[in-house]
Amino acid sequence: MVEQDVIILANENFTGQYHRLVLQADRIAPQAQPGQFVHLRIPLLREALLRRPFSIYQVKDQTLSVLYKTVGKGTHQLARLKPGQMMNAIGPLGHGFTVPASPQIRPLLVAGGYGMAALYLLAERAPRAGVVFVGGRKQGDILCEAEFRALGWEVRAATEDGSYGRRGLVTLPLREELERDASGVRLYACGPTPMLKAVSALAHEFNVEAELSMDEHMCCGVGVCLTCVIPVRTSEGWEYQRTCTEGPVFTANSIAWEVMA
Amino acid sequence: MNWSVRIGSLVMPNPVTVASGTFGYGVEYARLLDLNQLGAVVVKGIRLEPVRGNPTPRTVEVACGLINAIGLQGPGVDGFIEKYWPFLKTLQVPVIINIWGCTVDEYAEVARRFDALEGVGGLELNVSCPNIKEGGAHFGTDVRLLEKVVAACRKATRLPLITKLSPNVPSIVPFAQAAEAAGSDGLSIMNSFPAMAIDIETRRPRLANITGGLTGPCIKPIAVKLVWEAARAVKIPIIGMGGIQSAEDALEFIIAGASAVAVGTANFYEPQTSLHVLQGIREYMQRHGIEDLKSLVGAVKLPRV
Ligand SMILES: Cc1cc2nc3c(=O)[nH]c(=O)nc-3n(C[C@H](O)[C@H](O)[C@H](O)COP(=O)(O)OP(=O)(O)OC[C@H]3O[C@@H](n4cnc5c(N)ncnc54)[C@H](O)[C@@H]3O)c2cc1C
Ligand SMILES: Cc1cc2nc3c(=O)[nH]c(=O)nc-3n(C[C@H](O)[C@H](O)[C@H](O)COP(=O)(O)O)c2cc1C
Ligand code: FES
Repeated sequence: MVEQDVIILANENFTGQYHRLVLQADRIAPQAQPGQFVHLRIPLLREALLRRPFSIYQVKDQTLSVLYKTVGKGTHQLARLKPGQMMNAIGPLGHGFTVPASPQIRPLLVAGGYGMAALYLLAERAPRAGVVFVGGRKQGDILCEAEFRALGWEVRAATEDGSYGRRGLVTLPLREELERDASGVRLYACGPTPMLKAVSALAHEFNVEAELSMDEHMCCGVGVCLTCVIPVRTSEGWEYQRTCTEGPVFTANSIAWEVMA
Repeated sequence: MNWSVRIGSLVMPNPVTVASGTFGYGVEYARLLDLNQLGAVVVKGIRLEPVRGNPTPRTVEVACGLINAIGLQGPGVDGFIEKYWPFLKTLQVPVIINIWGCTVDEYAEVARRFDALEGVGGLELNVSCPNIKEGGAHFGTDVRLLEKVVAACRKATRLPLITKLSPNVPSIVPFAQAAEAAGSDGLSIMNSFPAMAIDIETRRPRLANITGGLTGPCIKPIAVKLVWEAARAVKIPIIGMGGIQSAEDALEFIIAGASAVAVGTANFYEPQTSLHVLQGIREYMQRHGIEDLKSLVGAVKLPRV
């Protein structure tokens, strides 16, 4: 974890509402592990003080990129920044995915929204390619399909409105795959919480391991404020653990879903 | 140049520390800054037993501020000593432990436990957390209860005691005086201010706890006024806090009457803030030829009436 000023190398539209931000971050990029994030201080964001967390999408030598969706004041301001401008970043942060140790493990990835970005480094570093299941409301929500295919991964898309791939939720094709063959499978997922909960249930049903990247609101991003907690099982019941530090990636069976609202 | 600060037997090598709950247990920020450059490190509030804290969402960003309802999640005295003290005791600067309880006896017991721990710099009594239903808040808003808590802790320990006051009172003066009379060595002013935010689309409160405590730059003018009022009413030193982001902010508190300052919410977005504040105070002292920072404490020039 380091704090450094970074230079914007590119900041352009990617697909739909997503933008790609490329940063010259010589001290952060080389350390980045799959599933980790950077905490960005967006300059000229008036009145809004906090940093914004974004998953690390790609790293190349001393640069890293993120894919972000413009949803509120921070991300809208971010989209206005130009190459050459500086900002401050803390990263890489959080406990990420465990890269499969051997090609015996068959990785199945499940993504919704920016989840594709959060899973990319894992796909790149896994010892063998697998399948990535990606879901969204409509075609424009499906990110990075070509990038995953370029790594030799199979991509199976599902959209709720049927505008692209299968119609319905992403867990549908995932269930079919697990029914077909669940041996050696490990699931890795990042996306909206209801999706993660459904993936967790499937992991339980098919008795496979699953790692989930949780999206909780953050404040400090480094473990001091205790904003970002989720309930995690312990020998005595459960306790709140920090998504920014113990997470964002947790094993599916460690999360006390019954406690979460 | 002298800028050390004495609070009872506690000596801070310089006037800048951090606010409880915004700096974890020190160890988290140790990778981003050198803690030994601070005047002291203040840790998150500890009570006797572990505390789970409130459901989420626990914080919400508002204009120039933050509302939080963490619910004082913490490891309890034993958990703290086991998990965090081994690191904290290696620091060269004083470590101030922020403590709280739901009864007077619990405060005293926690104070006693830390009295027995070698190397503690001092205790800060949080009598004013707005986010705990069972206890906390009323100790900070009832003068007699406040006096009882401070007196009980005074009996329980020889450690320097700093009472952290709530802004949520009609006048801070009787509270400051009560803490002093009961044996407090210093005051921290101020804790967060009760507040609320609502999502207009869902019409739901933005915090699971419904209300929380407002902190950050938006509360600074309130805090400066409270420090100024309290400083004129007591002799014990005050640690001023509330929205400090820069040396200029910190100097305002000092001129109002604070002997030291603490950086809180700003740590969350700029972890280096405390060190920048320190550097800026040094430059100000040099620019104004100030040999001893004490000469600036409470040096506000008031209009003649
Ligand atoms: C670990 C992690 C990784 C993330 N990675 C990505 C990514 O790769 N791409 C991407 O587009 N988004 C990502 N997000 C979500 C992203 O942080 C939010 O979209 C962003 O903070 C919104 O900021 P805003 O100012 O535009 O929105 P506003 O709604 O104006 O923000 C107000 C506050 O709410 C917080 N907030 C709002 N939405 C979210 C959210 N979904 N999650 C967490 N905090 C939120 C903001 O940080 C801010 O403090 C990630 C979130 C987390 C926790
Ligand atoms: C997330 C958060 C947690 C806090 N926790 C504590 C605490 O445990 N004990 C305490 O006395 N004050 C606590 N405070 C209050 C701060 O120590 C400080 O008094 C307040 O934030 C005002 O300073 P600021 O505006 O610079 O943040 C907390 C504040 C925040 C924002
Ligand atoms: S965001 Fe502060 S502890 Fe996780």
